[in-house]
Amino acid sequence: MAPKTLYEKLWDTHVVRTDPDGTALLYIDRHLLHEVTSPQAFEGLRLAGRRPWRPGANLATADHNVPTRERAAGIPDPVSRLQVETLERNCREFAIPEFGMHDRRQGIVHVIGPEQGLTLPGMTLVCGDSHTSTHGALGALAFGIGTSEVEHVLATQCLIQKRARTLRVQVDGTLAPGVTAKDLILAIIGEMGTAGGTGHAIEFAGEAVRRLSVEGRMTLCNMAIEAGARAGFVAVDETTLDYVRGRAYAPKGELWERAAASWRRLHSDPGARFDREVRLRGDAVEPQVTWGTSPEMVVSVRAAVPDPEAEADPVKAAGMRRALEYMDLTPGTPIQQIAIDKVFIGSCTNSRIEDLREAAAVLRGGRVAASVKQALVVPGSGPVKAQAEAEGLDRVFEQAGFEWREPGCSMCLAMNADRLEPGERCASTSNRNFEGRQGAGGRTHLVSPAMAAAAALAGRFVDVRTLGD
Amino acid sequence: MSVEPFDISTAIVCPLDRANVDTDAIIPKQFLKRIERTGFGPNLFDEWRYLDRGEPGQDCATRPRNPDFVLNDPRYQGASILLTRENFGCGSSREHAPWALLDYGFKVIVAPSFADIFFNNCFKNGILPIVLDETVIDELFSKATRERPLEMRVDLECQRLVLDDGTEIPFEVDPFRKQCLLEGLDDIGLTLRHEAEIRAYERRRREEAPWLFQDLAE
Repeated sequence: MAPKTLYEKLWDTHVVRTDPDGTALLYIDRHLLHEVTSPQAFEGLRLAGRRPWRPGANLATADHNVPTRERAAGIPDPVSRLQVETLERNCREFAIPEFGMHDRRQGIVHVIGPEQGLTLPGMTLVCGDSHTSTHGALGALAFGIGTSEVEHVLATQCLIQKRARTLRVQVDGTLAPGVTAKDLILAIIGEMGTAGGTGHAIEFAGEAVRRLSVEGRMTLCNMAIEAGARAGFVAVDETTLDYVRGRAYAPKGELWERAAASWRRLHSDPGARFDREVRLRGDAVEPQVTWGTSPEMVVSVRAAVPDPEAEADPVKAAGMRRALEYMDLTPGTPIQQIAIDKVFIGSCTNSRIEDLREAAAVLRGGRVAASVKQALVVPGSGPVKAQAEAEGLDRVFEQAGFEWREPGCSMCLAMNADRLEPGERCASTSNRNFEGRQGAGGRTHLVSPAMAAAAALAGRFVDVRTLGD
Repeated sequence: MSVEPFDISTAIVCPLDRANVDTDAIIPKQFLKRIERTGFGPNLFDEWRYLDRGEPGQDCATRPRNPDFVLNDPRYQGASILLTRENFGCGSSREHAPWALLDYGFKVIVAPSFADIFFNNCFKNGILPIVLDETVIDELFSKATRERPLEMRVDLECQRLVLDDGTEIPFEVDPFRKQCLLEGLDDIGLTLRHEAEIRAYERRRREEAPWLFQDLAE
């Protein structure tokens, strides 16, 4: 048999039928839902008189709109409240399992999937959210879909798809101390560009990736979409199996043995051909900071804000000038001279226990700079929050001057009350630095949790590796 | 959800000369709280289009407009073709982006490239995204930014754009998606024609990988 890539294995086992032109009906094993991209899908079902194909394959939670404090009082914003209540009503009407806002398992949909064992290796998993690629860290084919497709999956448990092209991003060597999965993915996006992966499914491979924890792999796969790829994934290894074993919805006993045996085959075969390959040296990656309004506008913390005059492509140069104006930055300014107003640690990119530990390790005994107006930590889920509290991390954050909040998407996209005011500059562990993303007129710099913590202490960006010097 | 069959005669082209226009720019998040598919048009490109801060529930007709933004240029009023740059629609999967474009009146988007999820979402809503070479796009921009706006006819059946100066530009479109657009086909209805095959697949997979069929509701 010809050697296959991991993508081909995942694809082939899920094809229900293929038309002569290559359009396939792909079976979806798991569907996650949230309040923002689902109401119109349920409405579509209702109008057509359709019922979900397999309600028990779905799991819903509210994350985008939920308040991160005084949650017992409910949602003050009536529009947000209606959206969250609509999800609850729809879940009841269509028998969809839900972790409600007050469930201790509630959290960001991409954190709770792997955490509860709802995401398993070898699955196809979709959600009406572009960061669904996160779940690929477990060796699953996971990608974001629009609301029409949410309705399609609910009604048929399938999606109409075309096979993606395959791209392997191979990271040789190991990451230096103080350099994290977030720095690696930002460096990859800087290299490939935000459209570099369009039409492709990315397999992250190589020594630096194999050495990452599953949490780190999730950070990597999470931002595959920021490189233009709908899906990103990592082959299954013992690290994956150790992570999945014992999770609430993971198979147990004899079924576990059978599943694990089948999951061990979820890797690209030696000699498998990829449509494209990108190679990077892991040991050359430095802590990264974005300077513009697209994740590809990123440099090392030791570099300076680039100059559009040096860019040959006129469309790109115009984009850079517009970004610099929006970000209120001057070419040539060293990144370490950029002062910040707010710090946000959270989001589906960096709100897992490992992220909080990394940030807390930097903060321990320190104090947020007086010039920083607000520093927020928003754990990714109820269990992450409980674990962090059991380890005393909440006290480390609070003693340093951070606010310790309830789980949700929060200031990553500012659909709830947590947001930047016009002109405010934020060191953020989230995934998008688009204009207005964290609040109209807000300025976002994407960094790792350790770098965000270091920036909080210094009031400006600093190289976390030199902090104790 | 079924959509209207695609039908567009001669229309004005609105040139939005920016690369990497993301879905947060197309429809900012504060407007995603609606639970309907319609009504997003007045907030399309909200942060670029208006000078004040956009919030749900405002009367957009009375808000101060940014005169420098292309949608506010009198030449392009009533445009239903959007001409733009590479990687249009990058960012989130929100289908509110095509809903907003459609609600405003755009039925065709022409660009050198699109983000995958957005591209897909367009077809599901009866919007035709057309990919053309960078050089052709440059030419269209130069024609669309003259004093008299560019008008063109989109002939989906024959896969060509016919410009008001008679120039014809061919374009590619996936045959299945073209058929769905032309006939306004309901994707779900099409898939349900294969119900027996889906059931057969499920029976086989339940044997191979029973752990995938745990009922989360139990």
